[in-house]
Amino acid sequence: MEFGPHLMLALLEGAVTSAVLALTAMGLSLVFGVMRVVNVAHGAFFMLGAVAAWWIAQLVGAHPALGFAAALLAAPLLVGAGAMLADRLILARVGYDPERTIVATIGLMYVIEQTVLMGFGPDARPVAPPFDARIALPWVERTAEGLALYWPWGLSITAYKLFVIAAAAAILAGLWALMTRTGAGLVMRATQQDRDMARAFGVPVSRVFARVFGLGAALAAMGAVLVVPIQQAHYLMGGDPLLLSFIVVIIGGLGSLPGTVVAALLIGMTDGIVSVFLSPTLAKIVATLAVALVLVFRPQGLMGRARA
Amino acid sequence: MIDARRSLLLHGGIVACLALLAATLPAYHAGNLTRILVLAVYAMGYNLLFGYTGLLSLGHALFFAAGMYGFGLSAALGGLSAGAALLAGVAAAALVAGLTGALALRTRDVAFMIVTLMFAQAGYLTILYLGTWTRGDEGFVLPAAARRLAGFDLRGDGARLVAALTLFSACFLATAALTGSRLGRTLIAIRENEERARMLGYDTARLKLVAVVLSGTLSGLAGAAYAMLFGYVGASFATVQYSILPLLWVLLGGAGTTVGPLVGVALMFYLIDWSSRVTDAYMLVAGAALIGLTLFAPQGVAGLIRRKAAPWLP
Repeated sequence: MEFGPHLMLALLEGAVTSAVLALTAMGLSLVFGVMRVVNVAHGAFFMLGAVAAWWIAQLVGAHPALGFAAALLAAPLLVGAGAMLADRLILARVGYDPERTIVATIGLMYVIEQTVLMGFGPDARPVAPPFDARIALPWVERTAEGLALYWPWGLSITAYKLFVIAAAAAILAGLWALMTRTGAGLVMRATQQDRDMARAFGVPVSRVFARVFGLGAALAAMGAVLVVPIQQAHYLMGGDPLLLSFIVVIIGGLGSLPGTVVAALLIGMTDGIVSVFLSPTLAKIVATLAVALVLVFRPQGLMGRARA
Repeated sequence: MIDARRSLLLHGGIVACLALLAATLPAYHAGNLTRILVLAVYAMGYNLLFGYTGLLSLGHALFFAAGMYGFGLSAALGGLSAGAALLAGVAAAALVAGLTGALALRTRDVAFMIVTLMFAQAGYLTILYLGTWTRGDEGFVLPAAARRLAGFDLRGDGARLVAALTLFSACFLATAALTGSRLGRTLIAIRENEERARMLGYDTARLKLVAVVLSGTLSGLAGAAYAMLFGYVGASFATVQYSILPLLWVLLGGAGTTVGPLVGVALMFYLIDWSSRVTDAYMLVAGAALIGLTLFAPQGVAGLIRRKAAPWLP
C-alpha cells in the first residue's frame, strides 16, 4: 500500500481508539469536575461494563445484533446503579474527602476485580459484533482523465468500527445536550461551580453527587460495551483505560469537559502513530513521564486555564 | 521522662518477644516471620512519610524496586559482594527518592498522589524496557556469592531469620529514636499544620524532601534486603500493587505509630495467606480491608489502642 491510504487507515484506527477513550475519560472528568474526587475504580467500572455486556449477550442469545443492543442499553444502567450504590455506601460516608476517597476507591477497584475473577473467571471472552460487514475504502488516483477514485486492495475497515465512532460521537452530543440544555445539567454545573451556594439555593447536592458518580461509571461502561466486540472482556482489562483516562483528563485540564474531548482525540490519534516509531513500552514510559511533568509544572493542564 | 522510659521498654520488649518467637516457632511460621520482618521495614519506611509527615505517596514501589534492582544488578552483573551491593541498592533508592521528591513535592494532596503513581509506573515500565539486563517480568535469581554476608550463608533458613531480625530491630529502634527526636517532632508538626510550621520558621520544603529521602532510603533498604535474603529480583515488585500494599499495612496497623507497620504487615500477611488457601481472588481481602479501614477505623489497630488504652503510645 502507498503512504496515503496507509495513513488514512492509521487515522481511522486512531479515531476508534479516541472515540472509546473520549467516553471513558469523560466519565472520569465529570466525576472530578463536579465532585472534586479522583475515582481510581473507574477502570474497574469500565471492565464491569464489558463483562456485563458479555453476560447480557449470552443471556439474550438470539441474533448478535439483538444481544449487543440489549447490552448497550442495559450494561451502563447496571454499572451506573452499582456506582450509585458505592457512592451512597462508601464515598458519602467518607464525606468526599479527596485522599480518603482515593484509598477507598483503590479498595473498591480490588473488590470489583477480584469478585469478577471469582464469578467470571480468568479467561478473556469475546462478544460477537452486531454486524460483520467490511467496507472497502476508496482512494484518489491521478489518471489521464484527471482525478478518479479507485479501491486499493487491502484498504478496508469493518463497518462496526465506523459504527463505534458514530455511536461515541452521538453519546457525547447527548451528554453535551444533557449538561447544557436540561435542568439536571444545570444543577450539575451549579454544583460544580460552588457546591455550598448550590446547596443554599436548594440543590440536593448529595443526590446530584450520586447521579454524577453513576453517570460517570455508565459512560465508562458505554465505552467498554462499544469496545468489547473488538477487544475481548477480561477481568484485568480496566488498567490501560484507567491510565489513559488519567492522562487525557490531566492533559485536557482537570474537570474541563471540552478539554477532555480534545485531549482524547490527541492521545488516541498519537497513540497509534507514536507506537509505529517507538517501541510500545518506550512510548508508554515517555507518555507517563510527560503527564507527570505536566502535573508538576502546569497543573491546570495544557488547555485549562489557571483557577483563581 | 516517664514516656521515654515506657517507649524504651515497649520497643525493647517487642524486639525481645520477636527474638523469642524466632527461636521457638515451627519452620513454616518462622519462614513467614522472616518475610514479615523484611516487609515491615518497607512499611516503616512508608510510615515515615505517610504516618509522620502526612504525605500520601502511591509510588513507593519505585523506591523498593530501586533498592532491589540496585542490589540485584550490581551483584549479578557488576559482581559486587553482598555488602557492597547492599550499599549500592540503598544509594540507588536514596538517589531515586531525591529526584522524585524534588519534582513531586512541587505538587500537593491529590496531585502528589497521582504524580508519585505515574513516576512509579514509569519506573516499572523502564524495568520491562531494559529487559536485556533485568529480564523483565521473569526476573532473575541471584548467584550464591550475593547471598553471603559477613561469612554467613543467607540461603539457610536460620541465618536468614537472624539477618531479618537484626535488620528489623535496627530499623525499628532507629525509627523509634527518630520519631522522638527534634526532626521527628518537626515532621509531625508539618503533618498537623504545614502553614503553622512554616510560620514558626521551619523550612518545610526542605524538611519534606528530607522525609521523602529517608522514607525512600528505608524502603530501598527493605527491597535490597528482600533480594539478598530470598535470592530473587523481579518486576512484579515494582507494580502498583507493591505501592498499595505498604499503604494498606500502615493503615491497618496504625499510621503514625512506631509499632503500626509491624502489626499491619503481620495481620495482612496471615489474612492473605489464609484467604489464598480458600480462593485465588485473595486480593479481595486487601480491597475489602482498604474500604473497611477508610470507613470505620482510619487510625488502625495501634491508633485504636492509643485512643482507648494507652495515650502515651509513640
